[in-house]
Amino acid sequence: MNVGFAYIQVYFVLTLLLKNMELLTPSIGTIVWSTIVFVILMLLLAKFAWKPMLKAVNDRENSISDALSLAEKTKAEMAALNAQNETLLKEARIERDQMIKEAGEAGATILAEAKDKATAAADKIVSDAHKAITNDKNAAMAEIKTHVASLSIAIAEKIVKSELTTSENQKKLANQLADEISLN
Amino acid sequence: MKKVFKACLFVTLIAFSSVVYAQDDISRLLNEFVVNMTEEAVSETVHEEKHEEIHTKEGAHHSAEETEEASGFDPIHHVLDAHDIHLWGDGHDAVSVPLPIILWTDNGLVTFMSSAFHHDDAGHHIFEKNGMSFVKHHEKIYQLNAGEKVLSIDHETHTATNAVLPLDLSITKVIAAVFIVAIIMLLVFTAAAKKYKTAKPESPKGIAKWMEPLVLFVRDFAKDSIGDRYMKFMPYLLTVFFFIWFGNLLGLIPFIGGINMTGNIAITLTLALMTLIIQLINSKWAFWKHMLMPPGVPVALYPILVPIELMGILIKPAALTIRLFANITAGHIIVLSIIGIIFINHNVAWAGLSVPLALFISVLEITLVAFLQAYIFTMLSSMFIGAAVDDGHH
Repeated sequence: MNVGFAYIQVYFVLTLLLKNMELLTPSIGTIVWSTIVFVILMLLLAKFAWKPMLKAVNDRENSISDALSLAEKTKAEMAALNAQNETLLKEARIERDQMIKEAGEAGATILAEAKDKATAAADKIVSDAHKAITNDKNAAMAEIKTHVASLSIAIAEKIVKSELTTSENQKKLANQLADEISLN
Repeated sequence: MKKVFKACLFVTLIAFSSVVYAQDDISRLLNEFVVNMTEEAVSETVHEEKHEEIHTKEGAHHSAEETEEASGFDPIHHVLDAHDIHLWGDGHDAVSVPLPIILWTDNGLVTFMSSAFHHDDAGHHIFEKNGMSFVKHHEKIYQLNAGEKVLSIDHETHTATNAVLPLDLSITKVIAAVFIVAIIMLLVFTAAAKKYKTAKPESPKGIAKWMEPLVLFVRDFAKDSIGDRYMKFMPYLLTVFFFIWFGNLLGLIPFIGGINMTGNIAITLTLALMTLIIQLINSKWAFWKHMLMPPGVPVALYPILVPIELMGILIKPAALTIRLFANITAGHIIVLSIIGIIFINHNVAWAGLSVPLALFISVLEITLVAFLQAYIFTMLSSMFIGAAVDDGHH
């Protein structure tokens, strides 16, 4: 049954083709015209359609892949930057601690130095004052001595004056002075 | 799903009832079919021995119009090329679009419109120009010998005894379809390319949105089969893909189209020859070396294998030619045969059967076969080109 069916099919196809050899005979006119039209169509489309289209599509694909790789790169850079920031922050913290520590130490040193200087200055002032006081006292004492001496002379003058009012006293003094001189 | 099922049921019911209504014709049809088949089987298979018998039946032989008169419909007649685009009507009442006829005769170029023959295809109407008489017989234009008034055809050799066939460069139905497809392609793709004029690359708009996926589809499989040098062959591959696809679709539009352009063996041969030429021009030494000295084959087999490989160069384009031609012509013949059931039986009730069936086949052809054949042709072309341009470095 199947073989018979296949035979009928093959027979039909062969009959169809043999009865219609025009179907299988390519006409020269059709070949000539279709070649001309097709080649011109291909050249025109290549210039005005395929090249711009493929170029635009390729450009777009390139720009998309570029953008994607750029994003990837930026992401990596951001991560690196973040890590760097973290390190920097850590370093900064350590540095800050160091600085605080150093500043504390420096402050203490400065304070101690200032204290020493102040003490020295104060001592100097005190000693200077002592000297000045001593000088002034000496000066005052010298003045007082001079004053006392002049006062004594004045007193002595007054006393001498009163004693030499009589001639007898004058003779006595003159004698006395003469004695003293002879004694020398 | 439910709706589709109901629609199928409805269509089946209509088809069944129409067949029942037209059953008077069925027995007649079957009778004719069996008789025709046996008669033809006898006449074809015993062609050599019984010349006389064939001569008695020569009227029914090789005459599309007479076959059509006898059976009412001949699908082959409709898939063949013609010198005018027939719209409707028969004989002198027929309405058709005339096309220019261009003939290269011994006396130079002769051009006139196909309407000069007044719808005659039997070789009766003589048209005279430049002192030459032309007749059209079965879409062939004969130039009658001087003094002859009636074309006589030898039915055994199918050649005219008193006329010559000038070189026919006419714009036939198929060439008109080639021009139509070319114009449509130019309009569609220049419009699509214009959408890419904007400087910044962005997603396509308008018609480019429809065509870009297909262009990329062709580019991607061409890239796969050709390799890095694919850009050189993109113009050919894209043009041939869309040419076949648009041609297939145009051929499936009834009435205005219905022109069997991509099912014409001259067209498919032209396209396949272009693939062959491109393949040979760009072939590398590795391609020929692989063919003349097949690697891994004993030298004793070379005398068998090398001729087979060399024949393959021509068999491949021949396969391209026949595949496209046979697929598209077969689709047209099936649709026309199914529609023809109505006309063979002279009973419109058969439309209930033939219209759903023809619709089914048409949808199959439009959605699947039209695209698939364009894809297969382009895909195989790119593979042949890819094999030829391969350096053999891998």
